[in-house]
Amino acid sequence: MIEMKGISKTYRVRRREAGLGNALRSLVSRDYTDVPALRDVSFTVPDGQILGYIGPNGAGKSTTIKILSGILRPDSGACTVDGLTPWADRKRHVARLGVVFGQRSQLWWDVPVMESFALLRDIYRVPERTFRENLERLTALLDLGELLKTPARMLSLGQRMRCEIAAALLHGPKLLFLDEPTIGLDAVSKLKVRSFILEQNRLCGTTVLLTTHDMQDIDALCSRVLLIGKGRLLLDGDTAQLRAMAGEDLSTEEAVADLYRRFGI
Amino acid sequence: MRKYWSFFKLRLMAGLQYRAAALAGMSTQFVWGAMEILLYRAFWLEHPARFPMGMEALSAYIWLQQAFLSLFALWYWEFDILESVKTGAVSYELLRPADLYSMWMARSVADRLARAALRMVPVIFVSSLLPAPWGLRLHLTPAAFGLFLAAMVLMVLVVCAYSLLVYALTFYLTDPKGLMVLSLAAADLLGGAIVPLPFLPEGVRRFAALTPFAAMQNVPLRIFGGDISPAEAPAMLGLQVFWAAVLIGAGYLLTRNGLRRTVILGG
Repeated sequence: MIEMKGISKTYRVRRREAGLGNALRSLVSRDYTDVPALRDVSFTVPDGQILGYIGPNGAGKSTTIKILSGILRPDSGACTVDGLTPWADRKRHVARLGVVFGQRSQLWWDVPVMESFALLRDIYRVPERTFRENLERLTALLDLGELLKTPARMLSLGQRMRCEIAAALLHGPKLLFLDEPTIGLDAVSKLKVRSFILEQNRLCGTTVLLTTHDMQDIDALCSRVLLIGKGRLLLDGDTAQLRAMAGEDLSTEEAVADLYRRFGI
Repeated sequence: MRKYWSFFKLRLMAGLQYRAAALAGMSTQFVWGAMEILLYRAFWLEHPARFPMGMEALSAYIWLQQAFLSLFALWYWEFDILESVKTGAVSYELLRPADLYSMWMARSVADRLARAALRMVPVIFVSSLLPAPWGLRLHLTPAAFGLFLAAMVLMVLVVCAYSLLVYALTFYLTDPKGLMVLSLAAADLLGGAIVPLPFLPEGVRRFAALTPFAAMQNVPLRIFGGDISPAEAPAMLGLQVFWAAVLIGAGYLLTRNGLRRTVILGG
């Protein structure tokens, strides 16, 4: 169970105009601009739900994921995930959590995938038997086979993403965060990843929080959708509601752009 | 503890795959070592009595320095770590239930050992075949050899802890290059990397003894050649323990505090 109550986060960004004069001036006095990333965001996610989190670039999606993962501290507000405050009880919290960032690899790039997996087993202290069982299941479902012997740097994007997802689930977390997991994937890989997420949720009851720009991801996976824009939560409803608001088939870029426009984001 | 040990093993094995780098390093080390010996030989032949170290102790110093270069050299930075701190990507390390400083330490020690393992055997073997006093000879009693080994272990800790301190300071700087260049210059001069410390003027030597750099290669290399006697060695080991503790403590605290203020933007 995830509970976020009134979470706000503001980034301080240093700004200056271009040019030598301004560069020299910034030596003496620096201008900062406050960029609010999240403003008073609250929501609750019950166990076993697949929740989609959408919004344009810079809306605050990744900031939310980072706060929920315990790697970023909000300025105000309260948050508990299964009774723990992510940033305060970080080590205990992340031990029960799996995270995949589509834009970033968490495998060690210069060793075969299997060695990364074995290291993760030790880092998360997964009992050997559980590890074997999880590995077998993930290898079969994600079609890893030969990939395990390949160094991560030699994998294609689709292959790497499947390995990343497996790596995030080896310790059997109850909670899975996916930050743009289908970004850059071809049609076949996307379908594979989607069907795996559904399977994992159905079989293990894993709660999944997923950010994406791909409405087909939302359509295929999520029972509930949060829409965020300019740091504010604008919509919390099911996929049907979202589709009704868009007025047409959500899978087109125009419909999504139109939806964002209507919320003024 | 086991997770850090596993990470150490993983990095050690990963480090052993760089064959071309090892071969290139090895040949450089032979040439460099030979040139240094020839240089000091010229001085030594001129005035053997005014030499502050025995020629044989000096040869041992030079050859061991070449064999274990990757253990001492401060310029073997972990650029992956530096880059991750600079970009803020280091925050993603927090997604794992592990202590960041300990992971860094395991990685630094493993990478240095892997590099040394590939280079040291040929250098030690060939240099031990050279005629006295130009080659590498072992004159130590088993007890003194034990002191040498202990000094080697402590030296690796001091060197890695110093590197980690630089990585930790990167949290507070836009770019650590200046700090790195300064560290290298200081370590080259005050650590006995270019010229062994006994060759330096009294004043510089006294000053060097107050810095952590003198607790690096200076100690084991001079114990091996007998330039630091077994009676003097324990005090030097104590100095190494002191610096290892100070550098690890400072690096640990700065890392912990630095992580708190790190923010990753974008993504």
